[in-house]
Amino acid sequence: MDINKDLIAASSTPIVLAILAEQDSYGYAILQRVRDLSGGHMAWTDGMLYPVLHRLERLGHVEARWQVADSGRRRKYYRVTSQGRAQLAEERRQWQAVDTTLRGLWSVPFPQGA
Amino acid sequence: MSSMDHAQRLEEQIDQWRSYLRRRQAIHAVDIAELEDHLREQIAGLTDAGLAPDEAFLVAVKRMGELDALSREFACEHSDRLWKQLVAFAPESAEPATGGRTDAIVAFGLAVAAALAIKLPALFGLRLDQDVELLDQGAGVYARNMSLFVLPFLAGYFAWKRQLGAASVRWLAVAFVAAIAFVNIWPFAPGSDTLALAVLHLPIALWLLVGVAYAGGRWGQVDGRMDFIRFSGELFIYYVLIALGGGVLTGFMALLFQAIGINAEPFFAFWLLPCCAMGAVIVGAWLVEAKQSVIENMAPVLTRLFAPLFAAVLVAFLAALLWTGHGLDIGRNVLIAFDLLLAVVLGLLLYSLSARDPRAAPGTFDVVLVVLVVSALLADAVALWAIAARISEFGFSANRVAALGENAILLVNLAWSAVLYIRFARGRGSFAALERWQTDYLPVYAVWAAIVVVVFPLLFG
Repeated sequence: MDINKDLIAASSTPIVLAILAEQDSYGYAILQRVRDLSGGHMAWTDGMLYPVLHRLERLGHVEARWQVADSGRRRKYYRVTSQGRAQLAEERRQWQAVDTTLRGLWSVPFPQGA
Repeated sequence: MSSMDHAQRLEEQIDQWRSYLRRRQAIHAVDIAELEDHLREQIAGLTDAGLAPDEAFLVAVKRMGELDALSREFACEHSDRLWKQLVAFAPESAEPATGGRTDAIVAFGLAVAAALAIKLPALFGLRLDQDVELLDQGAGVYARNMSLFVLPFLAGYFAWKRQLGAASVRWLAVAFVAAIAFVNIWPFAPGSDTLALAVLHLPIALWLLVGVAYAGGRWGQVDGRMDFIRFSGELFIYYVLIALGGGVLTGFMALLFQAIGINAEPFFAFWLLPCCAMGAVIVGAWLVEAKQSVIENMAPVLTRLFAPLFAAVLVAFLAALLWTGHGLDIGRNVLIAFDLLLAVVLGLLLYSLSARDPRAAPGTFDVVLVVLVVSALLADAVALWAIAARISEFGFSANRVAALGENAILLVNLAWSAVLYIRFARGRGSFAALERWQTDYLPVYAVWAAIVVVVFPLLFG
């Protein structure tokens, strides 16, 4: 099962914000976390995460800083801002509304032929 | 392979990958650093899981996504990056550009120095607004030194920037001092044309010195001189743009201060205009240097637009001349008008050449340029013919000899350029020959200008 592109694009903001709300992180670790949580179903193309992060940074939802990691390389860490937390809460309400609606419809088993 | 070899090979592969990314305009250096960190982490994770470094690299690159798609995503997020921004310090570089900053400080320091230099005569009670009258009486300190207020500083900027050797610096200094001494000490006869000619030609002669400083040891090479030609064109465009901006600024200044009953005009005429006119040369030069690889050169763009238009006008002029059979009306200034025409045509040719890929095959635009040059030559020939018929009537004044000399110099240049260009267009000559001819010719203008400045006062008084 591959999740379609529109759904991935739509869910990227709350997912990234939620991961960063747990703790400050960087691109590779965020992707690993998504992979683990989704059981491999959310297969983001690695590079595509960065434009998303940069957009969130531009909108003021996250802040970035360069820091030397344990590996000795410079690494760009992201931290969620208070504005980002408010955005996450808003996204969460919206997704829950979608989720509730779908749950109401999905009390029946998988349709025939699926 | 040992692990050392593996590591080295991996580094090479990452280098190559990085260089591919670097070609994408939308992906900046700082993003590449971020992506590289990701790639290395991914490779480390995969090798830990048992993959060979080569395989790990391939998988990691694949997971990063296709370069085109990635570049498109970055472009969507950073659409501003597709416009090269006119900021002096590239913000994407992680380390502050200390070199660029020193450069800016030196340039602005020299600009201030040039701005102050033009106020030096004021210390001796010489007023700028009286200079034109004084010029008629053979004085005119400002007019005599106009180019000397700024060009030594400009040459100095490049001498510093290119780290010119002591011998070259000494040589340049001697030349500037000689120029300063000559124009200020020589007793030009009151009301003579030779002083006005000297004032007009001195900047042309001195521009060669700036060129030597600019080329910084590469003056002997065609490339070095060609770069100077490019620089001159860009500087001219920047200067015009700065002047336009300055005009708007002073317009507002005058309006605002007038509204509160203060007349800003004296300040404008005695301080703002002269000081900024000098300083802007250095600032413009610094901008050209700072921007040369960042934004498109404008001079070739303008020549692309105007070369066909000028060619059309000249061809139409020649056709009308033939059709109507009208003779040329030889007024006093017609020779100067044709000198200017040839200079413009030469400029169009020069800046088209400067932007042309020397290896490209001849194309339509080359034909346009040949038509432009040949029609300019024909028009000039008609004018010269008409002038020659009446030269005895006009007589040989200093002005006329200077104008004729300039016409001859431009004519020779363009005629031989036309020959070389036609040879090239027909596949019988190389483009390099044309470039060499144009760049070798540069000193001729300066030498002629120097002759007008130094020898004409002796000949014509």
